[in-house]
Amino acid sequence: MQNIEQELRQFVVDNFLFGQPNGHLCSSDSFLDKGIIDSTGVLELVVFLEETYRIKIQDRELVPDNLDSINNLVRFLERKLQHTS
Amino acid sequence: MQVEEFLELSAGRSPEKTALVCRDRRLTYREVEEQCNRLAHALIAEGVQRGARVAIYLENSVEAVLSIFAVLKAGAVFLVVNPTTKVDKLTYILNNCRAVALITDIRNLAGLDSRRPQLPHLKSIFAAGMSSTSLRDSEAQLVSLENTLSRADLPNLPPVKKCIDIDLAALVYTSGSTGKPKGVMLTHLNIVSAATSITTYLENVPDDVILNVLPLSFDYGLYQVLMAFKIGGTIILEHSFTYPYAVIEKLVQEKVTGFPLVPTISAILLQLDLKRYDFPSLRYVTNTAAALPTQHIRQLRKVFPHVKLYSMYGLTECKRVSYLPPDQIDLRPTSVGRGMPNEEVYIVDDNGRRVGPGVIGELVVRGSNVMKGYWELPEETDRVLRCGHLPGEKVLYTGDLFRMDEEGFLYFVGRKDDIIKCRGEKVSPKEIEDVLYSLDGVAEAVVIGVPDGLLGQAIKAVITLREGAQLTRRDVQRHCSQHLEDFMVPKFVEFRDSLPKTSSGKISKLELAMPVGAQE
Repeated sequence: MQNIEQELRQFVVDNFLFGQPNGHLCSSDSFLDKGIIDSTGVLELVVFLEETYRIKIQDRELVPDNLDSINNLVRFLERKLQHTS
Repeated sequence: MQVEEFLELSAGRSPEKTALVCRDRRLTYREVEEQCNRLAHALIAEGVQRGARVAIYLENSVEAVLSIFAVLKAGAVFLVVNPTTKVDKLTYILNNCRAVALITDIRNLAGLDSRRPQLPHLKSIFAAGMSSTSLRDSEAQLVSLENTLSRADLPNLPPVKKCIDIDLAALVYTSGSTGKPKGVMLTHLNIVSAATSITTYLENVPDDVILNVLPLSFDYGLYQVLMAFKIGGTIILEHSFTYPYAVIEKLVQEKVTGFPLVPTISAILLQLDLKRYDFPSLRYVTNTAAALPTQHIRQLRKVFPHVKLYSMYGLTECKRVSYLPPDQIDLRPTSVGRGMPNEEVYIVDDNGRRVGPGVIGELVVRGSNVMKGYWELPEETDRVLRCGHLPGEKVLYTGDLFRMDEEGFLYFVGRKDDIIKCRGEKVSPKEIEDVLYSLDGVAEAVVIGVPDGLLGQAIKAVITLREGAQLTRRDVQRHCSQHLEDFMVPKFVEFRDSLPKTSSGKISKLELAMPVGAQE
């Protein structure tokens, strides 16, 4: 899972923080509260998750509990990947 | 009438009714009224006087709503600053209007600490989320917002009224073509007039439940709260439209009747799978800030067949100009309608003479909703507020080019200046260009709007570099994101060897808008 966390962090930093150094983002930081992501960003994030991890994300899963921090994303992906394997 | 009376009258009529829902909190009118009164008394005790400016620098939250009405109850003037505003611009705005108090969140304060010496007018800061349980942190000169709102020793009745309705109620900062934000001065009368006209044509009733995802720094978002309180309805305040399905669930759960959109939100909405949802309570959907593409209108009509769809147009300087009655939307989908109730609109040529149907000219607005001017900018004010036909009256020259059809319906043609409308927000190219020029290596920079299905217009920066300089798209975007609000960061960055010039040597934006050159 270490890998996944790094990949996710890299994606968020590259795409939403325009490559600002990692130190700015804690794994528990809410993307919403930090103003990191907007609604178009969420759609980009979903495309990335689906393509990179070959999972299908249901509409009802697009909620802050699953997506709104690095930690939430890792937890969500772990669950999804268990289901598919 | 004064704006805080929207709340006071509704609280008197139906004190136990739900006024405000935000995240997991639900407040009745009585609770909102009492907490606002306490905060108003606390503001007065801190020395906030009639007409003083108080800045609110908060996300969409219960505290933001309470602060707005508390400032008004104290007889002062509120301004809501977008929470993604960076510290340079915040400092500029606070000093520009000489704000005496700031209401914010402890998390937003970090960047401002070093600026305190540059803010000579700012006397008090109320902060939400302070960890200590004490009311006041004397060292940091902070007052706890939560503790103030619940302080039992503060009266929960409103302070004595000192204002009249031609006093200022709010400043709304908006992008100017000069690059510096300007404060639109709104009196109580301006806001009451606009809110009355809008709630009249939307046929709002106390049973209405309005869901707002737009920031309160944006007048369209702000008015959702003001109008909900005016009609004694319920406002569901969401942080944003970032998690669209969470918002859709709220629409259903809270039996929402009114849902305001901007084109970007409608574009996202139409990408969602809404088939398994039913919205029996939804009565109306509104759109403003930029025209809805005809394709969106058709699709929205399919998704919400029973819902009244209002296409509207406005600008901060008068709040709203026009609305298209919902029964006209299938007949003239590209029109933004007619002037709203208690307001007159007409189109003039370059000499200020009224023109007939089909002729393109500048739109002029006459009504008690028209602002008092731009804060301490008499020349800019004189450019847009000009004499009307009654002695002393001022009418608003919008800077927007329109034509009118035979039946008086308005069609937007373009802007007279180069202001870009992105995600429904007005963006000044000059403001972004100033930031680009502050980046080492940039020789010349120009910012234009390019058509974008999702954003309305997307922001594009075209740059030439100094000799030997090496910058990437990401370098440019990172620099911009450190100095500008999120919605102003260019989506596209193009590097060129030279920029096209007009005969007078100015950079030609017209030529740049043509699709040539490689994009990184």
